[in-house]
Formats: sequence, structure tokens, C-alpha cells
Amino acid sequence: MKAAVIVFPGSNCDRDCKVAIERSTGASVDMVWHGDTALPDGVDLVVLPGGFSYGDYLRCGAMAALSPIMTEVKAAAGRGVATVGICNGFQVLCEAGLLPGALLRNEKLKYVCKTVELAVVNNQTRFTAGYAGRREVAMTVGNGEGNYFADEDTLDRLEGEGQVVFRYLANPNGSARDIAGIVNTRGNVLGMMPHPDRAFEPELGSADGAVLFQSALASA
Amino acid sequence: MRAKVHVFLKPGVLDVQGKAVEQALHGLGWGGVEHVRVGKTIEFDLKGGDRAAAEAEVKAMCEKLLANTVIESYRVELA
Repeated sequence: MKAAVIVFPGSNCDRDCKVAIERSTGASVDMVWHGDTALPDGVDLVVLPGGFSYGDYLRCGAMAALSPIMTEVKAAAGRGVATVGICNGFQVLCEAGLLPGALLRNEKLKYVCKTVELAVVNNQTRFTAGYAGRREVAMTVGNGEGNYFADEDTLDRLEGEGQVVFRYLANPNGSARDIAGIVNTRGNVLGMMPHPDRAFEPELGSADGAVLFQSALASA
Repeated sequence: MRAKVHVFLKPGVLDVQGKAVEQALHGLGWGGVEHVRVGKTIEFDLKGGDRAAAEAEVKAMCEKLLANTVIESYRVELA
């Protein structure tokens, strides 16, 4: 099993993702610089980490979405490779057009950093199969622009197609329909604002994030 | 040629910065202020003198990078 974590200038959860994936799955993890033009051969999981890529200039994730490596990430996602964007990574996936919608400034204009309870809305995805039988999980969020937005038709479609994967039990940022995480229509690209990479051992307050990485790699 | 691109959140998208500024203006006594929107302006020089070509080029820049048309609208000025 092999995973790749993309490192943009300004990423700050790239190491967290590497350690979280290694410890929770035993997979080997390659760090891939944003300027690279190839992913490791035979990669099973691509992770876009949290942080402030390109200083959040212009819009969160806008410049990162146009990085050279994103051509390869799009191609891999197109081949069905499991792809996860966490926090800033979710913003990058939306800006890159791999997921619908966008992430706006938090409703109360505040950076929110705390543990959130999440409802597992769909445990039939390749990322959440390991949560079978569990309706709620806990992870932390840390974001200033985590307020998910899409037009009403898109939101209806996401809900109708089972693409809403996680919902906040107590919405921290004004996110439309309490959405915390979504998958694409094919089910191989996941974007989420909460951090599974900060919840992979009980000592961190929750080990629920480990299940997500285990599921993603078990499905590869 | 000098290009100015004005980017704002679309009318249906909640502009929380605009709301905060509006409340601050109300607090300063300007109670008649309504519907504040906070946007950004991006300015740059563009080589070449063909106006139509420049317009098409700047529009392409907006669609690809300068605006996210899921949430934002843009207006281009060329001078």
C-alpha cells in the first residue's frame, strides 16, 4: 500500500498526514512537492493536506489548484485513485473542480478551532466503510473559511446521490445544510473540513480519523 | 493597456465581511447604509494594443484564476 501527500508552499498538516497514515495503516507515504509533475508509481491514496497553501492569497486553494502536480492529481482521480482533501485540501479540490461548490468565510468571521461531533451520513463510501455501525465520530476542525456553499440544486443533488458523507451535529461555521464532507459522483474523491489526521490515536482525543485512512487503503 | 478586475461575491452568496462593515457603519451613526458588499480589485498592465483581444484575454484570466464563478462575479475595466 502506498500513499502520497502533496506538499504546497504553506501546507502545515503535511507531516501530520504522513504520520497519521503510517501509524494507522502501515502504508508507506511519499511526500510530493507541488512543483513535481509525477505521482509515485502505483499510488493507492493521494492526500491534499491542511494549511495555508500560497498564503491563502486571492482565494483559499486557488493557486494550489493550478500547481503542476494537480494535473497528475486530476488524472489519478480520473483513474479512480482514492483522493482525500482535508481542510485546505478540500478548498483545493473545490477550486480544481474535482468537487462541486466552494468554501466561504465562516459565518461569524471567526477562525474556529475545536473538536466537532460528526454524523456519518453515508458509511457506504470507500472512505467510511470502516465506520459501519457507527453513526457519530469526533474530529477537530481548524478553519477560517470552512463554510461550505453550493447552489440549492447542487445541494439537493449531493444529498439525493448520497454524496454528503459527514455532517456537523453542531454547525461551527455556517456550512450549508451542516455539510462537513462530500464525495464526488464516482465516490473516489473526498473533501472534508474536519481533520482525520489530527484524530488517529486515543491520546489525541479521538482515534476516529484512523478508520478513514484504513478504509481508504483497504478499498484500493 | 491597464486592466482593472473587480471581483465580488454573487448577490445570493452571504457576504459576512459586508455585514460586519455595515454594522460598524451603523454603529458610527450612518444608519442609512444598506447592502454593503466587500470585494477586491486586481489591477495590472497588459501588453498589446488590441482592445477586443485584451478583453477576451482578461475574461479568460477571470474564469481560470481571478474569480471563482461558483461564488463570485467579476467586472473588467480596460483603459
